[in-house]
Order: sequence, then C-alpha cells, then structure tokens
Amino acid sequence: MAVTVPLKNLHLLSRACFGINTELIAKLNTVQPKQLYKTIVQQSSEPPVYLDKVSNSVKGILLGIQTEKQMQDGTPGTEPMNRAARRELTPEQRKYLQNQSREDIKTLSVAWMEEMAESKAQLREKMAFFWHGHFACRVVNIYYQQLLLHDIRKYALGNFGDLLRAVSKSASMLNFLNNQQNRKQKPNENFAREVMELFTLGRGNYTEKDIKEAARAFTGWSYDFGGEFVFRKNVHDEGEKTIFNQTGNFDGDDVIDMLLAKKETAQYIAQKIYVFFVNDTPNKEHVQWLADRFFKNNYDIQKLLDDIFTSDWFYAPQNIGCKIKSPVELLIGIRRVLPMQIDYPAVQLLLTRAMGQLLFYPPNVAGWPGGKAWIDSTSLIFRMRLPQLIKDDDAIDISVKSDDDVQMGKITATETQTFVRKKQAYGRGQQISANVNWEEYAEQFNGVPRENLQAVLESILLVTPTQKATTAVVAANTDASSRLTFIQSTTIACMSTPEYQLC
Amino acid sequence: MHIQRRSFLQISTLATGSLLIPKLLKAFDGQPLGTVPAGNKVLIIVQFSGGNDGLNTVIPVTHDVYQKLRPTIGFKADKALKITDDVALHPALTGLQKMYGNGDLAILNGVGYDKPDRSHFRSMDIWQTGSSSSEVWQTGWLGRYLDHACNNCPMPTQGLELDDTLSLTLKGKTQKGLAVKDPKKLYTQSQQKLFKQLAAQHHEEEHEKPVDYLYKTLAQSVSSAGYIYEKTNAKASSMSYPATELGKGFKNISSLVLSDVNTKVYYISLGSFDTHVGQQATQQRLFKEFNDAVEVFVNDMKANNRFQDVLLMTFSEFGRRVGQNASGGTDHGTANNMFFMSGGLKEKGLLNPMADLGKLTEGDLEHSVDFKQVYSTILSKWLGADADEILGKKLQPLSFI
Repeated sequence: MAVTVPLKNLHLLSRACFGINTELIAKLNTVQPKQLYKTIVQQSSEPPVYLDKVSNSVKGILLGIQTEKQMQDGTPGTEPMNRAARRELTPEQRKYLQNQSREDIKTLSVAWMEEMAESKAQLREKMAFFWHGHFACRVVNIYYQQLLLHDIRKYALGNFGDLLRAVSKSASMLNFLNNQQNRKQKPNENFAREVMELFTLGRGNYTEKDIKEAARAFTGWSYDFGGEFVFRKNVHDEGEKTIFNQTGNFDGDDVIDMLLAKKETAQYIAQKIYVFFVNDTPNKEHVQWLADRFFKNNYDIQKLLDDIFTSDWFYAPQNIGCKIKSPVELLIGIRRVLPMQIDYPAVQLLLTRAMGQLLFYPPNVAGWPGGKAWIDSTSLIFRMRLPQLIKDDDAIDISVKSDDDVQMGKITATETQTFVRKKQAYGRGQQISANVNWEEYAEQFNGVPRENLQAVLESILLVTPTQKATTAVVAANTDASSRLTFIQSTTIACMSTPEYQLC
Repeated sequence: MHIQRRSFLQISTLATGSLLIPKLLKAFDGQPLGTVPAGNKVLIIVQFSGGNDGLNTVIPVTHDVYQKLRPTIGFKADKALKITDDVALHPALTGLQKMYGNGDLAILNGVGYDKPDRSHFRSMDIWQTGSSSSEVWQTGWLGRYLDHACNNCPMPTQGLELDDTLSLTLKGKTQKGLAVKDPKKLYTQSQQKLFKQLAAQHHEEEHEKPVDYLYKTLAQSVSSAGYIYEKTNAKASSMSYPATELGKGFKNISSLVLSDVNTKVYYISLGSFDTHVGQQATQQRLFKEFNDAVEVFVNDMKANNRFQDVLLMTFSEFGRRVGQNASGGTDHGTANNMFFMSGGLKEKGLLNPMADLGKLTEGDLEHSVDFKQVYSTILSKWLGADADEILGKKLQPLSFI
C-alpha cells in the first residue's frame, strides 16, 4: 500500500490531535507531514489556561472557613486552609461539598472536552489525555481534581520528572493512594507501590522490599484543605532506608530522583506512549530507540513526541488505522469534523460513559485498558449508532450502570436537598440536542464534483482504507435527493462503519 | 469441558441465519444441530450493587452485639423471618425462607478477601476480576472462563448480561459476553440495513487486524441479537413475573434457559444498596424486588424440571459496618454473605457459622472464606472448567455443589 501525503497527514492528525477539523481538511493536500507537525507543535507552545470550575458556593464555604481560621490563628493573608479546618465543617457542609464537587467535576470534564474539540493546542490536550489515563485518579473533590488536571496539562509536553513530581505531590493522588495514612511506625504502601508499578518502572523492576522502604520515605507527604502539598515532619520516618541497594535517610523526593535515574522508567514510559500513539503491539526496536533517547534527553516529553511523529516508521502502513478510538476520541473526533452546537454539553458525559469512559472516573488505578477492551458486541453497536443519534437529535435509549462512588448513596438524602441545586437529569431519555451546521460543513466541498464526493468524504473520514464492498454499502445508504442530503448521509454512513472506530 | 458450539442455524423465522458466513459452519465440527441436552448447567449471578448490608440480610437476631450496635435499624427476632434458633432472614425475603425450608437455598457466611478495600469501584473490581486486593487485573473472571471454554465460539451468547452495558466480569482477553437488557430493542438497533449490509461483508482473513476484529464483532452482534430475540420469544414463560426490571430480566432468563440456548452464564444487577442513609426503606424495596422475581423464577424452573441445572448466586462488593451510623444507615464494611439457590445443592442451609460478632477488627467483620474459593468451586464443579488456570492460583474449593 502506497501511503500518500494526505493519508500521512490524516494519520498524524488522528494521533497527535483529536482528529481532523474543517480548517485542516483544506491543508491535507498542500503540506508535507513534517511541516504539518511543526505547525501542530507550535500551536501547543503557549501554556494552558487554568480551568477553574469550582462553583461559588463551594468557594464561599471554604473561604468562610479559611477566614474564620485565620482570624482565630491570627495568620494573615493567604495562609492555606489546613486539614484541621476540615473537621470544622459541619456534616451538612461536608455533604454539600461532596455533592457539589460531583457536579463541578462534570462541569470541569465538559470544559476540558471543549478544549479537546476546539483548542488549537491539540498536541498538548492529546498528551494530557494520555497522562490523565496514565496517572489514573478518582477522587470526588473538585479542587483536587482541578489542580491535578492543571498540572497534567501544564507539564504534558514538558519534562516527565517535573510532571511525575507534581502529580506525586498533588492532593488528588496523595488522597487517592492513601498517603495520608502512610505514617512513621504505621506505613501504608499503596502510594509507593503504584508510583513504582504504574507511574515509573512497571512490574518486575523492583522488589517488595523496595516498596516497603520507599513507603517509609514517602511518610509525611501530605496536603492541606486547599490542595497544597504539605510535608508533615512529625509523621515522617527519619530512619535509614535501603532502596534499590542504596542506603540513606531518604525522603520522597529522593525516591523520585532514584526512580528517574533508572533506565527502566524511560523504557516503561516510552513503551506506553508508543502504544498510545503508534500501535498496540510495540515494535521492540523502535521502543528501545525511543527509550534510549528519552533517557538521554533527560525525559523531555516534547522531544520524545518529535522522535515519534517525525520518524518514517510512524507513517508505515502497519501503523495506520490500527488503533481503536477511545470513547472520548470517538466523540471529540465527530465534534471536530462536524460543526455543531450542543445545547446541554453534559450529555457528552453520558454518551462516553455509555461507551465505557467517563473522564475523572477511571475504572481502577491502572486507568482505561484501551484497545480491544473498548469493544464488545453491545458497545460496538452503540458506537456505530452514535453519529445517527447526533444527526437525528435522538433521545439516548440506553441506561448506564450506576456508579456508587459517583452517587455516594445519594438516594434519599433529603436533608441535603436545601443545599443541592435541582440536579439536571442527564439520564436515559435525555435528548442529545446537537445542532449540526450541515451547510457550513458542506461548503468546504463546493469544488468537488458530485461523482467524487463519496471518495473525498471517505478520504477525510476514514484512515483505514475501505474495502470495495464497504464503499458500496456506504453508497447504498445515502440519500441523493440533494447535494446537501448526499453529503450529510454519506458522512453519517462513513461514521457508522467499523472503519470509523479506528484511527 | 468446552461449551458445546450449538447451532443457531435452524432459526428460520429471522433472516439472521443468512448472515452467517460459511466459515462459521466449520466451527460446529459435526456437532448435532439442535438443542442443548437437558443437564446443561447454567449459572446465574445477581450482583447487589453498592454494598449490601449482609447483617440485615442473614440476621443474627439473638446476638447481643448485633442488637446493641444496631439500636434502631436492627431487626428484633419477631420482625424477621426465622430460619434457625439464632438466625433469621430479612422480612422481605419470604420466598427465600421457603427455599430454605425446601432445601433449595444455601447461605455462605463471612465471605471476603484479605486487606479489604472500602471503595465501591475498587472492591467491585476485585470481585469482578477475581484478583487479590494487591493486584489490578483487566479481565473479568467469567470473561476468562469464556476465553478458556469458548475458543472459536461463533457467538458471544455464552455469557449474557441483562443490561445495556457489559460488566468487566464478562470481559475476557479474547472473548466477551453480550449485554442485552431489552432483546427486542437490541435486535431492532442491530438489524438496521446499514449494519446488516456491513456485517454481511465480513472480512474473511484470520482476525489479526483491528478492522477484522471489529467486523467479526459486528457480525456476531447482529447474529446474536437476532438469536437472543428469537429465543426469548420462542418459549415465553407461562408464569407471571413481576413488572420490575429484575422481574423482566428473570423472565428473559427463563425463556432462554427453557429454549436451551447456548448461554452458560447470566448476569444481572440490582441496586443501589449503598445505604448510608435511611437503610431500612431502601433494603426493603430492593429485597422485595429481588425476592419476588427470584421466587417466580425458581418455581418456573421447577415446573419445567430444570431447577437442578440452575445455580443462582448473589454477591455484593462488600458488606457494611456492624454498627449503624447517625443517619439510620450503615457505612462501608467488609465480609458479607452469599446466597446460592439450586436444585443441585449438595449441602444446604447455613453452610458455615455466621461471621463472628465477638471478634471484630476495628468494628468490622472478619472474613472466613475467600470469595475466590467460591469462584473456584463454581468453575470446577458447576461449569467444568480449569479453575486454577482461570483464577491464576490454586484455591481450596468448597463442597456445596
């Protein structure tokens, strides 16, 4: 198979970005992949804008406590709220914070999805999406989650060491992995274990003793009410530890340094990034090459991505159209191609959840498994129906599983009703209410003769080359009554194929 | 034992048969086309989502500690359904009390695992994958059973979840179950012209590339949806099932079991049992739904002489704390009990002593049976599979089946 320049570009856009959009469709034939990649990198060079979705009522409660606390302590200015303050919340306030956090996390998810769909900084958001799965974290606290997301977006293309340190010191991760319970004399190994197994070395590159000793080094790593990192000296184990055959009075930062000094970390991260961006089946030689350079370049993430996206093998036929889109990639990909207005953007959360992915709620500490795990008979049918649901503005006719961590037993919590705003019911039967501007979409194909339309649409929508038979099936499912309906129906039919599930 | 690769080719009233490509025919290996022989054992799992309070399910009514720690939500002996001198069932479980009397019910107490996790999703993950608390696995225990038993199965209907989305439990490495809450709806959705045409041009290669995997899954979806829809209508039960979600689910399960479909495992969930607040009303409502559906189902199976081939099991991700909280509810706890209903039980009633209320760990029950032992028992003795391989470790099986 000859890989043409437009196909290479499309491939690049579906991996380094959340897919092609109107602006880029015009460029497919006119630029070389190297040039296109340069533009993509350049567009991600600005630091991200902080997404602040903590509702005023939550801020009000926290600020009230903070002020009160400061008045008592006589501490001026911006002294962060400390953990003691948490105990000063009334049970009603605490419950309210939790309920409101859940709502605010939805708002945060939607805002981030908006960035994924609209932001020019596609490479950064795509990479942040990778890190969001890598540093899987499930904590129902809007402040903590928002701070973690910002760290991930800020360092997405930066230095992996900085990112690792920021995440490891985040309130979200310390809370999620129980480091609050990790104290001198009474260590809790969860944090140390996941930092090694999932964030850096991967299984088999450390001993149980390393974990035990590292857990002692991490004692005292904590955070305050406002989500700021705090080192609590009084619970830190000052004793000598032996980790990776080195002995000393190590603290958490020392452990992070030791992990970064191990080549296995570069190996593990490079392979995971390769699998995410290139192919589910790693090519040993390519991964080794990437890992060596990643290590040599002191964990520069941008350089690692440059290595991937400017290599010849990235554009080899076996690496094109071989990845199954995650639910978020599928939905955002549709949004980027079709100009649309979604009246109730939170409906996107219901859609992705129905397909098995809800941002900020990974299935476990290892994140979403990805690949074929996205696909079962039922989810595939739903994924293939999704474009039609959007087009016809249909009601969502499937119910998602209850999530007791999300619901938090909130069934008859009448006493909180006065606090909680009337919850919007984004449940089964919710209308998608997406208004696609088909005229605007069709306009960009004005110069294309009618007989070439289907081929052109297929060439921008499907990275995987279609078999003749698929092309015939798409053709048999179009509405040729007008040019507009033809473009519309051909687009929807292409998006409803198995091929469209791939990127 | 490998699952018999049963025919669905005799379906004549639906067009789905024509979609099946000749290659699948080879998979039958000369098996007689037709129905599954009587004796085909099936497993039905009811998941109590949210952490059911086991202590108010199988109740140590005479125990001082129970009564003391549960001053308002505890059941007094005369308010619950007595099964032994010291133990009673939740008042909504009238049908289960009868089953207990008939020897159709077994209860396993103190089931849990080492280093219990109190997070719903983590503990559910542990139960669904069959991992230990320090491991993170990405496949479900019954999914791995399908991997093991179902190599080359033509359809994913060996594991069926009565829901709109598929649980991790039924996702294996290579095989996955089918989720179908409303067979008619899934049938309608999957039979639209575009999908049928796409499924018909099924790729012929060995399914190495993702696109081939997708086409294969699509072809299976279209044919399975038709197969299940056909079979749920083929032998609609004459019994009157409750009009609840669970009632509808069990009605479909009954039709499928009686139609001798190739399904070995059925999975259905009920919830939420996360009763931090106002526990009594919630548990009463959910147990009534459970009891009423299961009672009809058991009678249905008995009337059709199939109860000995059915094993129905319940579980929840954790039990709840022994002491009630300040909101008339209970918080996340540890060990729990499990119900088993079958006409094929070798041991009946209370299989082991109740969890020890005199020996609590920080206010929580200690487990005496690892839930993976239950899985091992079911896999090896009921489904005839290699339990050690599927669970990744050797476990001591139990003797109740």
